[in-house]
Amino acid sequence: MPFTSRRRLRQAAATAVAVALGASSLAACGSSDDNEEASSGPVSLTYWTWAPGMDKVADIWNKGPGKKAQIKVTVKKQASGDTLVTKILTAAKAHKAPDLVQAEYQALATLVSNDALADISGEVGGVEKEFAAGIWQQTTLGTDALYAIPQDSAPMAFYYREDLFKKYGLEVPKTWDEFAETAQKLKKKAPDKDLTTFSANDSGLFAGLAQQAGAKWWTVDGDKWKVGIDDAATQKVADFWGGLVKDDVIDNQPMYTPAWNKALNTGKQIAWVSAVWAPGTLTTAAPDTKGKWAMAPLPQWNAGDSATGSWGGSSTAVTNDSKNKAAAAKFASWLNTDPEALAALVKESGIYPAATAAQTGDALAKAPDFFSNQPDFYTAAAEIAKTTAPAAWGPNVNVAYTSFKDAFGKAAKNQSGFGAALTTMQDATVADLEKQGFEVAE
Amino acid sequence: MSSVASTKAIPAAGTTPGTVQGPPQRRRIALVPTFALLLGALYCLLPVAWVVVASTKSGRELFSTFTFLPGTGFADNLKDLSAYRDGVYWKWMGNSALYAGLGALLSTAVSAVSGYALAIYRFRGRESVFNILLAGVLMPPVILAVPQYLLLAKVDLTDSYASVLLPLILSPYGVYLARIYAAAAVPTDVVEAGRMDNASEWRIFTRIALPMMIPGLVTVFLFQFVAIWNNFMLPYIMLSDDEKFPITLGLFTLLEQGANTPALYTLVITGALLAVVPLIALFLVIQRFWSLDLLSGAVKS
Repeated sequence: MPFTSRRRLRQAAATAVAVALGASSLAACGSSDDNEEASSGPVSLTYWTWAPGMDKVADIWNKGPGKKAQIKVTVKKQASGDTLVTKILTAAKAHKAPDLVQAEYQALATLVSNDALADISGEVGGVEKEFAAGIWQQTTLGTDALYAIPQDSAPMAFYYREDLFKKYGLEVPKTWDEFAETAQKLKKKAPDKDLTTFSANDSGLFAGLAQQAGAKWWTVDGDKWKVGIDDAATQKVADFWGGLVKDDVIDNQPMYTPAWNKALNTGKQIAWVSAVWAPGTLTTAAPDTKGKWAMAPLPQWNAGDSATGSWGGSSTAVTNDSKNKAAAAKFASWLNTDPEALAALVKESGIYPAATAAQTGDALAKAPDFFSNQPDFYTAAAEIAKTTAPAAWGPNVNVAYTSFKDAFGKAAKNQSGFGAALTTMQDATVADLEKQGFEVAE
Repeated sequence: MSSVASTKAIPAAGTTPGTVQGPPQRRRIALVPTFALLLGALYCLLPVAWVVVASTKSGRELFSTFTFLPGTGFADNLKDLSAYRDGVYWKWMGNSALYAGLGALLSTAVSAVSGYALAIYRFRGRESVFNILLAGVLMPPVILAVPQYLLLAKVDLTDSYASVLLPLILSPYGVYLARIYAAAAVPTDVVEAGRMDNASEWRIFTRIALPMMIPGLVTVFLFQFVAIWNNFMLPYIMLSDDEKFPITLGLFTLLEQGANTPALYTLVITGALLAVVPLIALFLVIQRFWSLDLLSGAVKS
């Protein structure tokens, strides 16, 4: 965004180092001062979030533990997505950011490099063990600091129409090779049907697939950023999907369009590589297929492996503008680790909790309505969640995502393979980092 | 100007005086433009028709039945929309009415005063002011939203009704229109005559010039009302409390609920349909003034 770029230029180099080394002692000092302030009287916090029903969860806090601690939280509902990141950065520039914000994992590095988020490692103790390592690492950015507490996670899985797989004599693919064979087999038996589609609109899906393959898109090398979007793992993923699209084995139309909804609803597309939240989407997208889907682990690159990526998921962060960082951190850890809070989050907001214990808790004991045919849905999901590969996000994920949509969109439409598109995405991301004033390792 | 008047006479042919001017052979040539206009109208109206039809569909019907086949869920959609978060939709509607109504009124008042001043008074820097104004017309308001936010943050006015109203009061386009209109509709002789009779400048403006400018100001009001009603970026940056959101922003939050929660398509579609109703009503009411305005301009020239 143009309005932050000048500031970024000045700070960029320093912040990159700070992110890398976790050298946030200044921030820690600032917040410990606030501690004393906070304990002296009632505290009022504002919280920007898009999760529906979050006000009801906050009410539980305000009437229970919050009342005791004299910390009142007011929820201000926002629209999700990149636009919210921009809004938070703008507010932070004017020192008007709310105390707490909901932020997707891939947005954390952007927020931190713009100095919007506080390091709360000093205020939050002992919650690390509540989360899977791959999730926790995304909130520390691989440093000693802690910039957010994980809220929901979105481990990816393979969804398929159980009835149609049976009808066409297809097996659930265990590897990506089998996945390609399944797609070809279906094309032969029913030429007007597709196993699935490659959506050039959904950067998050591609990032999750690359994450499963072991890609590390942003890493820190000394005090420089290293961009690995065209690394071997991602190339493998891009070539695989590019090949399927090129050979017309799967569809090349984007997801989340009325046409896609219709394809799912009528069984023109019979599988979907998605994440644990898929039942919610399918409920509205394909209402006529209730009880006909099943979930399986994502196909693997090598037989016998078990790894998955994530598509989505978010965390609760405390901003640098908060005058009561300790109180805010206290609420954030209650919200995402307390059993009562997590049960309410599942019920009111429909999230899939990042906290490991809650993934098999009472609130998720019953399979979602849409998947009543698979009673062990959440037990299976919890098993898959454990295998989430680590993700590596950088400060300009939005640029990489936009470039993905442009380059892959064109390549998918022309069915011309994805190799060149991946190079374009890498170059655009590196160029933007350099423009922002970050040092980039070759 | 005469050529402008005669081309205008063709669409106005159905009214009264134009029929004399319109020879039959010209009408046959007008078939092509008429067809082009019809095509344009279809292009503009088709999405509206889609919204109307789609709002009658239940969530189950929305993507599965034929696009222009009316559904059965309109009453339920309306009920669900009103029930969403204890009727926050109607609060958004009220907010939009407040922002657009009050904002357009204030902005029209400012435009009237400044447009009149720029048209009637001769003073040093008048042309520079007008040129700066012209530059302002070319500047899309979107890129001003962030600087305006930073300014209002300095005086602690963000996330308030005033934060959305204040930046909208000065509309370069409104002032520009008012100036052009005042220059054409308020003869300097009339102003001079007022001065001869010892009327104060304020009295000349309110009693003589303002009534002459009314049709132009109605246009300014209408433009501003529509612009504010559809405005997105400014309230998006300014407001964080969803009780203060206008309708555009509210519908956006219904769409962007995060990955776990599917977008509430049926509610958004029904909400969007209801949101254009006040605009259509306003146009129908004010259209009278508007055509009067065009006609009176044509006659004068």
